Amino acid sequence: MESLLHSVQGYIYPDELQLQWSILIVLYPFITGLVAGAFILASLERVFNVEAVKPTYRLALLTALAFMIVAPLPLQLHLGHPERSFEMYLTPHTTSAMAMFGFVYLWYLMVVLVLEIWLDFRKDIVLMARASTGLKRMLYRAMALGSDNISERSLRIDDKVGKFITIVGIPSAILLHGYVGFIFGSVKANPWWSSALMPVVFIFSAMVSGIALVLLLYQFVSWYRRAAVDMPCLDTIARYLLYAFIIDFSLEMLDLVHRIYEADESFKTLDFMVHTKLYFSQIILQIIVGTLLPIGLLALVQLVKLTEQARRAIYGAAGLLTLVGIFAMRWNVVIGGQLFSKSLLGYTTYKMGLWTREGLLPAIILLILPFVILYMLVKLLPPWDKARGAEVPRAQG
Amino acid sequence: MREWLRDREHMVRMGILFAGALAVFLVARAVMVPKDFGTYGHFRTGALADNMAHPLVFAGRQACGDCHDDIVASRKGSKHEQIGCEACHGALEAHASADDPSALKPKLPDVKTICLVCHRENVAKPAGFPQVDPKDHGDGGPCTSCHNPHHPEIS
Repeated sequence: MESLLHSVQGYIYPDELQLQWSILIVLYPFITGLVAGAFILASLERVFNVEAVKPTYRLALLTALAFMIVAPLPLQLHLGHPERSFEMYLTPHTTSAMAMFGFVYLWYLMVVLVLEIWLDFRKDIVLMARASTGLKRMLYRAMALGSDNISERSLRIDDKVGKFITIVGIPSAILLHGYVGFIFGSVKANPWWSSALMPVVFIFSAMVSGIALVLLLYQFVSWYRRAAVDMPCLDTIARYLLYAFIIDFSLEMLDLVHRIYEADESFKTLDFMVHTKLYFSQIILQIIVGTLLPIGLLALVQLVKLTEQARRAIYGAAGLLTLVGIFAMRWNVVIGGQLFSKSLLGYTTYKMGLWTREGLLPAIILLILPFVILYMLVKLLPPWDKARGAEVPRAQG
Repeated sequence: MREWLRDREHMVRMGILFAGALAVFLVARAVMVPKDFGTYGHFRTGALADNMAHPLVFAGRQACGDCHDDIVASRKGSKHEQIGCEACHGALEAHASADDPSALKPKLPDVKTICLVCHRENVAKPAGFPQVDPKDHGDGGPCTSCHNPHHPEIS
């Protein structure tokens, strides 16, 4: 007790000494945000027919799936009790935002992502089943559900259904991440979280992080495959990133201005926290390094004519900084909301473990895992156009 | 019908797969959700008993007062009267419930640091709350050289 008290300043209630939500709960909104963002970018091509981002469409879908598979793991690890933590999928309930997880997750993973990817890749799966032998053939046959039909009519049906699912998928992606923001925004006892803007800020920051991730992955994958980067595609994605980022930043500033103007009884406490304990992660990392700098870099490309190489370098740097900034934003929301006392007269400190169940190492592993899954998914379902054979007919209208 | 189905067959198979997955979900739910789940609300009733079975670590101030009535008396009228003993002395259930409590004596808190947990100067604290900057207050010695922690007011 005494040793714990040394990490405390001022008045604090006993149950506020240690943070209940650790870095793993920071990862959860970060990862789901990447899923929702990558999916929304993919949907642009499909629903709004943005031809320029086509080269990243399938990569974005697979990225969303890889991260979606990992999304519940931080929660499971945080809950501990492997013998019963999976009950969160089995006992969804509409009266609690947290207990809605089962509905939101299963709907998004199964109905939207898996179905859309299956429909989009079905032709490739059938062709790969035809071209391979042995175990691999069995695997692809199973993935095609035993069907060998890739007639033009069947593919057109796939495309129509796929388009419908994407249209359903966009509100689903918004729901998924809006829901994560809602969990925080609806905690009325916590003035750092309680804001109706929270779900909206989460959605836009999700789009920002997802677009930045695909921007980085597309460049990395092209370099790895020694394939040429489609610059109009990269320029378009970077432009979308800039637009989404400006909206996201404006919303966050709106929230800030609203708080400053309202200046309710919690304001001094939160203001003090931002200038002390959260100064580095909020002011430096989130706002300066992770928001203003990438927005400046992306805006520079719009204002000045730069060479292809310079633009690629700028996109790489802006993408990385964006991910750092969005991670810092999740950190500041989750950790920041637990650093001050409900008495508004005291603060505690977050001490992150290193090798513990909720420490830094599991967090790093959970951040690497989606890339390993993505690597396997890409091996299984190559998203490159060359691997696709003849062009798939697209439904009109 | 057969003609209609020919190019939709894979969709039907996917539909059957989803129906199967839904059935598996419902069966898993029926089997795995604890029987006492939801009796009093959206939680497992047995969780209450599980929590009650956790060993106690705090004894509560009444247990302290049973033996240390002199200290309780010395705190009377002091601003520290309402502070729980274990807030400074730590969790003491093991000490209080031991057959020989004197064999399990708690370590005295380090007064140089524990007082400052509450009394270090901080702008967030109300102006009337006693708070000090240790550099300016006292002569660098322990707070207990002037203040009695159980009755800290200097008359």
